Amino acid sequence: MSMNERDLLEDKHFEQVISDESICTKENIVYEKPETLLDVSMHYCPGCGHGVAHRILAEVIDELGIQQEVIGVAPVGCSVLAYNYLNIDMSEAAHGRASAVATGIKRVLPEKYVFSYQGDGDLAAIGTGETIHTCNRGENILIIFINNGIYGMTGGQMAPTTLPGMKSTTSPFGRDVATMGAPLKITELLAQLPGTYYVTRQSVHKPLNVRKAKKAIQKGFEYQKLNKGTCFVEIVSNCPSNWKMTPVESNKWLDENMLPFYPLGDIKVPKD
Amino acid sequence: MKELKLMKGNEALAEAAIRAGCDAYFGYPITPQSEVLEYLSREAHARTGMVVLQAESEVAAINMVYGAAGTGKKIMTSSSSPGMSLMQEGVSYIACAEVPCLLVNVNRGGPGLGTIQPGQGDYFQSVKGGGHGDYKLIVLAPSTVQEMSDFVKQGFDLAFKYRNPVLILTDGALGQMMEKVELFPQQERKFERLDWATVGKPADKEKNVITSLNLKAEAMEVINIHLQEKYREIEKNEIRYEAINCEDADYIITAYGLVARICTKAAQMAREKGIKVGVIRPISLFPFPYKAINDYASKVHGILDVEMNAGQMVEDVRLAVNGKVPVEFYGRMGGVVPDPDEILKALEEKIVGVAV
Ligand SMILES: Cc1ncc(C[n+]2csc(CCOP(=O)(O)OP(=O)(O)O)c2C)c(N)n1
Ligand code: SF4
Ligand SMILES: [Mg+2]
Repeated sequence: MSMNERDLLEDKHFEQVISDESICTKENIVYEKPETLLDVSMHYCPGCGHGVAHRILAEVIDELGIQQEVIGVAPVGCSVLAYNYLNIDMSEAAHGRASAVATGIKRVLPEKYVFSYQGDGDLAAIGTGETIHTCNRGENILIIFINNGIYGMTGGQMAPTTLPGMKSTTSPFGRDVATMGAPLKITELLAQLPGTYYVTRQSVHKPLNVRKAKKAIQKGFEYQKLNKGTCFVEIVSNCPSNWKMTPVESNKWLDENMLPFYPLGDIKVPKD
Repeated sequence: MKELKLMKGNEALAEAAIRAGCDAYFGYPITPQSEVLEYLSREAHARTGMVVLQAESEVAAINMVYGAAGTGKKIMTSSSSPGMSLMQEGVSYIACAEVPCLLVNVNRGGPGLGTIQPGQGDYFQSVKGGGHGDYKLIVLAPSTVQEMSDFVKQGFDLAFKYRNPVLILTDGALGQMMEKVELFPQQERKFERLDWATVGKPADKEKNVITSLNLKAEAMEVINIHLQEKYREIEKNEIRYEAINCEDADYIITAYGLVARICTKAAQMAREKGIKVGVIRPISLFPFPYKAINDYASKVHGILDVEMNAGQMVEDVRLAVNGKVPVEFYGRMGGVVPDPDEILKALEEKIVGVAV
C-alpha cells in the first residue's frame, strides 16, 4: 500500500463525508441487502452464479412479503449451505432428494410456499427419479434449478448437463457423447409432463438476464397460490473455478457455448 | 366400551396410525406389508384428513417423511426388507437431524430379493445403525397383532419425547396373521408449532434449519456427543422386555417378536417333560435389556437364543450374559418359521444335555 493510499484510508475527513447523513438518506439508497439475505459472507467463489441466484430469490421473498410463509430445501452441492444465507426456515436434503423433501413439506403444509434449490448433478443425475415424479404429480412447489454443466462441489466432475466435448475431471478429453451419453435437457423433458404449470430457462450472467430470472422466480411463487402444478425455473449458470476461467471469461463462455445448447426463454407458460 | 376387532397385523397397524392422529404416510408397495398403504389409501383421508401418498420409490418415501416430519407433524412410513435397505441413507439423515417419525419394517427373508416369507434378518440393520454413521433408532418388536396396534401410539410418543426416529420391527407372519385386537380411541389430529420445526419463520424468532451437516470436525463431534448422550438417556428410561416363567427357570430361551411366542410354546412343552424353561422376550431391541438378561443368567444353567436368521440378536445376548453361562443359538433362515418341536429339540441337544 502506498503512503497516499494509507493516508486516504485514515483520513477522518474522508470517512465523515461518505457517512454524512445528508447523503445517506432513504431516497438516495439505490441498492440494499434484502432482509431475507443474511449479512454474512458467502462461501461461493468470486463470480459464481449461485450468489446472484440467492440474492434475487431473497429479493422476491421480500417483495412478495412471504418470509414467514416460505420453507426452502437446500440440496447437496455447492449450495448446500444456502440456509446459512437465507433468513427463512429451511431443510437440508440428501443428494438428489430435495424435491421429495419439498413434497413432504408441502403435503402437510399446503398453505405455505415451498421451494427446492438444486444443482444439475443433484436434480438431473442422482435425483432424476424424484424430479420427474415430483413434477409429474404436479406438486405445488417451485423448483429452482442451477445448471452450471458441472459438479461444482466435488471439484469439477462431469454432470448430466456437461456439454459435448466439454472437459471435466472425469471427461478429461472432453465429453464423448458416444460413451458418456448426450447432455440431458431435463427442463424440456419436464415441460412435457402435465403436472408442470410453468417451465422456464433463464440465466444470471448479465443484468438484463438477472432481472428476467428474478421475474421468473416471482411468477413461480405467485403461481404456487393457484395450486395448478409445479413451477420450474432453470438458471443456466457458471462455475468459474471448475471451468478454470475468470468470472468474466466464464460468463462469455456461458454466452457462447451454454446458451446455444440451452436456449433461454419460457418453455411452458400457463394457458389461462 | 372396548372396541374389539379381528384384524390382520398390517391392518391393525394402519388403523392405529389413523387413530394415533398421524398426519401423513408416505410409502411404496412391497410384500408382505402392502396392506398398510392400501388400508390407509382407503380409510385415512376421509376419516381424519391424513395425507397418504404413494411415492415413486422407498428413497423418495423416506425423504418425503424427512421433509414432512421436519414440520413437527406426526409422519410415518412402512416397508419390508429390500425397501428398508433403500431407505437407509435417509434414515441416517433423519436420526442426525433429530426429526421424530415412525418407521415400520415388516421383515421378510433375505438377503437380496429373498422371499416374501417372514424373517428376522434385519436385526443388525435395525439396531446397529443400518445407514452410515453413529446413530440409533428406538426399535420396538411386537409379538402380537395387539402390539402392532399399541406400538404405533407408543412409537409416536417416544419419537417426539426424544426427537428420534422410532422403528417398529416386525415380520411378514405378524403382518399377515389375523388376531383379536382392542383398538384405542381416535386421537385428535392437532397441530402444535414446535420450537425446532420448519413451518415458516415468525418475524420475532430465529429461523429453523433441519440439517445433519456440519463441515467443522469439532462442531460435528459436538453433535455426535449430543446424540450419544440422548441414546444413553434412552437406555436409562426405555428398556422394555417380557420375562415369561423365568422365576424358577433352570434354562432360558431368548427370542423377539413372533418367535418369542413359538418359544413360549416350546418352553411349556419342556416343562411338561420336567425341564424348567423360561422365555425372555426383548420388546425394545434398542435399548436392549442387557441388565435383565445378565441378572437372569446368574440363576440359570444355560441360554438358547432363537431367531429367524443366522444369529444376530444372539450377539447382544452374549454381550449381556458376558460368559456367565453358555449361550447357544438355533435359527431358521430364508423365511422358514421354526416350530416348537424343533426348538425344544435344539434346547435339549444344545443346552440341557450339555449344561452342568
Ligand atoms: C449420495 C451422495 N453421493 C455423492 C455425493 C457427493 N456429491 C456432493 S455434491 C455432488 C455434485 C453436486 O453437483 P451439482 O448438483 O451440479 O451442484 P453444484 O455444486 O454444481 O452447484 C456430489 C456428487 C453425496 N454427497 N451424496
Ligand atoms: S465451485 Fe463452481 S459452482 Fe461452486 S461456488 Fe465455486 S464457482 Fe460456484
Ligand atoms: Mg452443477
